Amino acid sequence: MQRLVVIGAGMASGRVLETLFETDPDAFAVTLFNAEPRGNYNRIMLSPVLSGEKSFEEIVTHSDDWYGEHKVTCRFGEKVVAIDRARKVVVGEKGEVPYDRLIVATGSVPFIVPVEGRDLDGVITYRDLDDTNRMIEASGRPGSRAVVIGGGLLGLEAAAGLRLRGMEVTVLHLSGHLMDRQLDEAAGYLLRKDLEKRGIAVMTRASTERILGDTRVEAVELADGTRLEADLVVMAVGIRPSVEIARAAGLAVNRAIVVDAQMRTSDPDIYAVGECVEFNGTLFGLVAPLYEQAKVLANCLVGKPGSFSVRELSTKLKVTGCDLFSAGDFSVGEGREEIVLRDPSQGVYRRLVIENDRLVGAVMYGDTGDANWFFDLIRDGAPVAAMRETLIFGQSYQGAAPLDPMAAVAALPDDAEICGCNGVCKSKITGAITSKGLTSLDAVRVHTKASSSCGTCTGLVEQLMALTLGNAFNPQAVKPMCGCTDLGHADVRRLIVAKQLKSIPEVMQELEWKTSCGCAKCRPALNYYLIADWPGEYVDDDQSRFINERVHANIQKDGTYSVVPRMWGGITSAKELRAIADVADKFQIPTVKCTGGQRIDLLGVKKEDLPAVWADLNAAGMVSGAAYGKALRTVKTCVGTDWCRFGTQDSTGLGVRIEKFMWGSWTPAKVKMAVSGCPRNCAEATCKDVGVICTDAGYEIHFAGAAGLDIKGTEVLTQVKTEDEALEMIVALVQLYREQGHYLERIYKWLKRVGMESVRAAVVDDAEKRRFYFERFVKSQETAQRDPWADRASGGVASHEFRPMAEITFKEAAE
Amino acid sequence: MSAWHEIGLVTDIPRRGARCVATPFGRIAVFRTAEDHVFATEDRCPHKGGPLSQGIVHDSSVTCPLHNAVISLESGEMRGPDEGRVRVFKTRVDPLTRVIELSLAAEAAGIVEAAE
Repeated sequence: MQRLVVIGAGMASGRVLETLFETDPDAFAVTLFNAEPRGNYNRIMLSPVLSGEKSFEEIVTHSDDWYGEHKVTCRFGEKVVAIDRARKVVVGEKGEVPYDRLIVATGSVPFIVPVEGRDLDGVITYRDLDDTNRMIEASGRPGSRAVVIGGGLLGLEAAAGLRLRGMEVTVLHLSGHLMDRQLDEAAGYLLRKDLEKRGIAVMTRASTERILGDTRVEAVELADGTRLEADLVVMAVGIRPSVEIARAAGLAVNRAIVVDAQMRTSDPDIYAVGECVEFNGTLFGLVAPLYEQAKVLANCLVGKPGSFSVRELSTKLKVTGCDLFSAGDFSVGEGREEIVLRDPSQGVYRRLVIENDRLVGAVMYGDTGDANWFFDLIRDGAPVAAMRETLIFGQSYQGAAPLDPMAAVAALPDDAEICGCNGVCKSKITGAITSKGLTSLDAVRVHTKASSSCGTCTGLVEQLMALTLGNAFNPQAVKPMCGCTDLGHADVRRLIVAKQLKSIPEVMQELEWKTSCGCAKCRPALNYYLIADWPGEYVDDDQSRFINERVHANIQKDGTYSVVPRMWGGITSAKELRAIADVADKFQIPTVKCTGGQRIDLLGVKKEDLPAVWADLNAAGMVSGAAYGKALRTVKTCVGTDWCRFGTQDSTGLGVRIEKFMWGSWTPAKVKMAVSGCPRNCAEATCKDVGVICTDAGYEIHFAGAAGLDIKGTEVLTQVKTEDEALEMIVALVQLYREQGHYLERIYKWLKRVGMESVRAAVVDDAEKRRFYFERFVKSQETAQRDPWADRASGGVASHEFRPMAEITFKEAAE
Repeated sequence: MSAWHEIGLVTDIPRRGARCVATPFGRIAVFRTAEDHVFATEDRCPHKGGPLSQGIVHDSSVTCPLHNAVISLESGEMRGPDEGRVRVFKTRVDPLTRVIELSLAAEAAGIVEAAE
């Protein structure tokens, strides 16, 4: 009988032994080492043990009896010190064991985040039964708090288990959404919502700075200074293959122990299996491929053919009530097509990715009933063209007659409620369409109120219109924002507020976006809408900003940038000009030019130089001029009563005041202003987005001018007597535009769309409303008035953005 | 020329973002998609030479910051009615350390899947 020694009694080696004993029970005398003082148990079921849904006994795979029955010599609780390949012995702590064949199944160890305080009592990982017991013990203390570092599979299962045991749990995740290796943003958002419903706090983009405490953990401090009290910290950020013994024995080890398709290492008598192996450059952490490896290895030991290959994997989370599934490759690309199904009311999200008539990837959340069917389609590479139209609805829809939504609507009784918000029934809508000759959705909204609140019934109302009007109804009358949605800007803005949508993934899910992550058209628009509607709450998404707004400078045709410092009201000084001249010299800036908005433009600045240029300008007291933004740009002024013999008011002072009050605010499109001190209008205020003409009687407020693609004189909004009134009026007007404007829609186009009457009604006629808009602007300025240059010049924000991430020299490239 | 150069971590690039790498043959733009796929192309739009690393990244495309040309990061081809292509470079990502390696041999982009 040959001697087989196995190092590690985990799930992979356990499956090897099972298969081996089934095929040829007498082939080997087996010795099994395990560092843990117990045999093989189902490690992936530790989560139900943690949550209390199962006991440890229930997840034991191999009992003492089983080992006895198969005459396995168990050396549990004993670590292996070395493998002596020359003498073919394994050296354990308590003595040597000779082998003919050896299996290394050392598995993996949890990755410990290298932060201060990681050794404190109460900081644990989540890997084995001892960790699980430690967590159960910690949760026994009433009111105790846990922080779980890592929002992946393991971390979330730990969090859910601890929460079920009554702890206050916070999950910290470095990336922008949970389970980012398996899920896309939309599914990550739904998962977060579900976890929060269960009382688990989730913090994304949370980087752990250090763990605080004397001997025991007391708190976790994040990079942004946030401090979270904690009695228990669970690190679940990932695993690292355990390869020290193999490496010391001189086996080929790359990132893990290198094996061939028969699971043989570089020594033909030594095999490896499980999380400690690397095959074709791939590492393994999920159980399905490990079992596959085990089968191949067991067969190989008894001389049966077989070879291991990497197959598609799928992921499910073992948290009761969170149904999610992902499999295959669900990135979008050339020749790939995605089908997205979203049902916001049920919290359902499904995305399928198809390439060459084959399903290649799937992400599902909320309803994973068809997961196995989709997974089979991915693995088998079956053609899907025949069921393309109904594929996303799952297996049960295949072969059935397609549903006709129109027939369903036509069949509704007259008193069926269509709009729940406003209590509007079917006959009221159809009646209004016929009797009042309505042809547009907006008209139906005005006359019946249907679909004018939350908007979820919009589809139904449109179907009713189509039924009633026949071909006369053209739902495409609303121009969609972009190819990712059927909704127009107006609907999107309305729904963001009505449904309290506060992040881009949330908008895309709840408004049924047709793509997974939007495009270069809709993302900047959504980012602006969310900033404007939820000031202080919404976190700006840099990656959804056009480059100019991301790096706070204007990109030029050659990839260099232009820099325009703010000069309040167009006023500068010798000190500022000297600083600008010094910057131009120091950074060899090729062009210095005056702009139409009374500023100085430094053109041709290299991206790498931007932070240093800003630092120098900041030092002279200048801030970003926002010349790059859909934002308040410039307030141009004339010299007014300060110098001019015709000046009627302090136009310079008012211009400076407006600019200092309003700088930093983001707007749907750029906003340029001017204040002229008399009707001679030297500041050219009558072609600006907002202009003021001073007269002896006071201030004439103009707006909606244009002097670009279109040329258009301003309209007069109203006249006021004092500077304070002028400021309040202008601020309220701009705030109304901020809340109503469509992204990239200049003020003159906004006015054309909404009409002068509605603007006057909001900011001129009603002092209370005006004050309301004014206050809302002031509120949003609390978080908006930060100089983006100063944030970046100090290296604090986005420091990585401005330099190449690496440099490859000629010598390195030639090697 | 087929050697792999370590250029940094996947997490050095924001999701749906890009960074660039300076090489003797000019700048190379390195992109990270929402799904963590990493692609590399020359940092020059075929239209008017715009720096693609400064564009908005969506699905596996980038929109050039200068004139909104949309370029496939996988093939380097311009999307839509335009014609033209940029050179693409092979990248691979170590699934464990998440280090990105770049090959300067300009061939079709290859992706090494991140294993869990």
